[in-house]
Amino acid sequence: MGYFSNIFNGIKTLLTGMSITGKYFLNSRKGAITQQYPDNRETLKMFDRFRGEVIMPHDENNEHACTGCQKCEIACPNGTIEIIWDRGIDEETGKKKKKIDQFVYHLSMCTMCGLCIDVCPTDAIEWGQNFENSVYDRTALTRVLNEPESKVRAGIED
Amino acid sequence: MQETTTINNNFKSEEYFINMGPQHPATHGVLRLLLTIDGEIIKKVEPDLGYIHRSIEKMCERDSYQQIVHLTDRMDYLSSHINNEAVCLTVENALQLEIPERVQVIRTIIGELTRIASHCLWWGVMGMDVGALTTYFYGFRDREMINDIFEETCGARLTMNYNVPGGLMWDIHENFVKRVKDFVAHFKTKIPEYDRLLTGNVIFQKRTKGVGILTKEDAISFGVSGPVGRGSGFSCDVRKYHPYSALDKVTFNEALRTEGDTFARYSVRIQEMWESLSIIEQLIDNIPEGEFRVKTNAVIKLPKGEFYQKVETARGELGVYVISTGTKNPYRLKFRSPGFSNLSALSHMATGGKIGDLVATMATLDLVIPDIDR
Amino acid sequence: MRIPLSITDNIQEWLVSMMSESAASYVAMIIVALIYLGIFAIAGLFLVLIERRVAAWFQLRIGPNRVGFQGLLQTMADALKLVSKELTGTDRADKFLYNLAPYFVIISALMALGVMPFTKEFQAFDINIGIFFLIAISSIGVIGILLGGWASNNKFALIGAMRSGVQTISYELSVGLSLLTMILLTGSLQLSEIVEVQKGGWLIVQGHIPAIIAFMIYMIAGTAETNRAPFDMVEAESELGAGFHTEYSGMKFAYFFLAEFINMFLIAAIAATVFFGAWLSPFGITESIPWLGVFWFLAKTLVLVFLMMWFRWTFPRLRVDQLLTLEWKYLLPINLVNIVIMAFIVWQKLIIQI
Repeated sequence: MGYFSNIFNGIKTLLTGMSITGKYFLNSRKGAITQQYPDNRETLKMFDRFRGEVIMPHDENNEHACTGCQKCEIACPNGTIEIIWDRGIDEETGKKKKKIDQFVYHLSMCTMCGLCIDVCPTDAIEWGQNFENSVYDRTALTRVLNEPESKVRAGIED
Repeated sequence: MQETTTINNNFKSEEYFINMGPQHPATHGVLRLLLTIDGEIIKKVEPDLGYIHRSIEKMCERDSYQQIVHLTDRMDYLSSHINNEAVCLTVENALQLEIPERVQVIRTIIGELTRIASHCLWWGVMGMDVGALTTYFYGFRDREMINDIFEETCGARLTMNYNVPGGLMWDIHENFVKRVKDFVAHFKTKIPEYDRLLTGNVIFQKRTKGVGILTKEDAISFGVSGPVGRGSGFSCDVRKYHPYSALDKVTFNEALRTEGDTFARYSVRIQEMWESLSIIEQLIDNIPEGEFRVKTNAVIKLPKGEFYQKVETARGELGVYVISTGTKNPYRLKFRSPGFSNLSALSHMATGGKIGDLVATMATLDLVIPDIDR
Repeated sequence: MRIPLSITDNIQEWLVSMMSESAASYVAMIIVALIYLGIFAIAGLFLVLIERRVAAWFQLRIGPNRVGFQGLLQTMADALKLVSKELTGTDRADKFLYNLAPYFVIISALMALGVMPFTKEFQAFDINIGIFFLIAISSIGVIGILLGGWASNNKFALIGAMRSGVQTISYELSVGLSLLTMILLTGSLQLSEIVEVQKGGWLIVQGHIPAIIAFMIYMIAGTAETNRAPFDMVEAESELGAGFHTEYSGMKFAYFFLAEFINMFLIAAIAATVFFGAWLSPFGITESIPWLGVFWFLAKTLVLVFLMMWFRWTFPRLRVDQLLTLEWKYLLPINLVNIVIMAFIVWQKLIIQI
């Protein structure tokens, strides 16, 4: 009677499968894992360590912590970071000191590997949690991270 | 006698040729299969590669050892952490660095989570390839939990780059242990559900049993590894034979089946999910305190010589072979990727089967095309 | 030839007052056809929507909920989009057959709707060979699929079309034989007669065990007839891309798509008619309100449609040779034995009558 037991076992396994999907169907109201994205923008919060983009935090005096040591530029595998620097006179010591003119960050080339942030001796750059990085013009992806007129915070040495 | 032959010739069918891929739903990427088909029966399968070749090995010769790690994320993106670990272990062994136990345990836990995540995705896609579309979403639901764990600790969901030569980029997040425990508890209830939905299904069993058979001898001669090899009774778990990181501190069984058919490979992966859960459970409660990273030189220079390290990714054995001339870049770096060898057995397995069999067989190879092409 | 057009009695009387009787009957037919076309084009679109929502609920998703209230206008928007799309074709395709194929499929699907008894008065054609007509019409669709796949000049489409031929020829038998089992009970092919018989209990109750077996066989074979998963060998997207309609775009693709859903509705509607008493309410609870028949008919049909959707979103696909094994080694022999059992039951009057 292998023929009939085959049929019955077959039907049994099919019904077992249907009970699983059926269970999810009945609980579909609360079980849905879909995120209705643009609607939940307010509540959607990324984790602290989320690697969205590289940012350079500035304090209230418009000062950052980048000394222009270029370690990040060397660490970057893709040439994402370009630092345009100059030498200026330190107001306190009167010595010549390296300072950044522009910290150029090409988001379009960034693979979010995190080596630049890992290597930064003064923690001048860190991860931003912004994940909406799409733009209409790709030149907008090339960013200057240091604010205009900003300068390095006093006492930061590499 | 002569007459019968003529009649038969009149009904002779003609073999024809089909391009399966590079854009085809079942090839999971840009794999192109040149099929020679007689009706529904496959006469010949020729994989054609190179559609996503990015010359990662050549790029590695340009990059420093820290930078190489992030490139390996992009090979087998479903077991990116294990790939990272392979490169880091090579460098650490070459430098003879003492790696803190904490790092080893965390690497192993995340490695096993990666394996589960990869197998979850594979399970979903396997179901989809044989026509059960719903499995895809159930697999992804569970994978999502792992991805959240990764995102919280490593900052990224897929290309994590969490390893650096000498340890980890950051310490684990404070929620890590709790989240992993939650996941383990959750997933233990879900694997039986996977079994009831797909494994036990009579159609699925008919589709997979006795299909795409690879004998143990063939498996060894094709250089197949990972779940594909273990489905053929070829005991080849690198975690067992050459334990790395904290894998020598845990006990687990190597999932092994002897049938060598598609269903055996399927069962091996399901079994591996259970084993990975058990490894995580053994380690998660006692992550030793200590440093999460040892200091290395800013410019890592490997001593002159050749170094080899192999690890078990979700797909099989990944080998990293470095020839160093003592500079800050490797002279040559070769990845022995599991997908490439596994794919080479496809032609042998699928010939003589039907188109549906080819798709089911290919699903159990769990191909990740960027891993094959690099 | 006089075909009773019961729902159009009023229209016909009104038309007769204006023109000769034969002309009036033709005009009435055209009016009815247009009404049906309108209703079922829209109904087909809503079936697509239901399928998508149901699939989403099986799969832990939400489904389309943006266009209109709860996504009610989603498929309308899709149809509008498809209308605006370019009709592409392949090089060296057989243009005439290629363009003809979608019409075969959609017309055969719509034709069969004509004999469906939605309620006592709401049935366009009550021909005396109703069931036979339905079975005959439903196999015309496969010609369209074969033509479409063959004329596309695409090997994936060709494989899909050939599979479709094999599949439909095989499963036609089971559909026919399982319905024949029930015909033994009713003694008539006319759909209104079949419904009339069921006033003494739905046929699935009257015929008990063999009727249940016949119903199960019918549902399996019917799912296969509509080329839906787990029998979607014709499309089999993980094997053949999109199967026979790979090369179709725009409205021609929409015809194939819509036809699949109307066919699904048809299969469910036939099952509801033959096994579950069409528009008859359970235990006659709403017998006094005749127009509620439409509600009961649709409710029964949609439950069966849901069952087919449940199949689709749960089961893996069969392989093409297993498909034939299932038919010739399991369904057909069981079906033949089942007919004998049913004949015995009818002969011995072992029918359950309420």
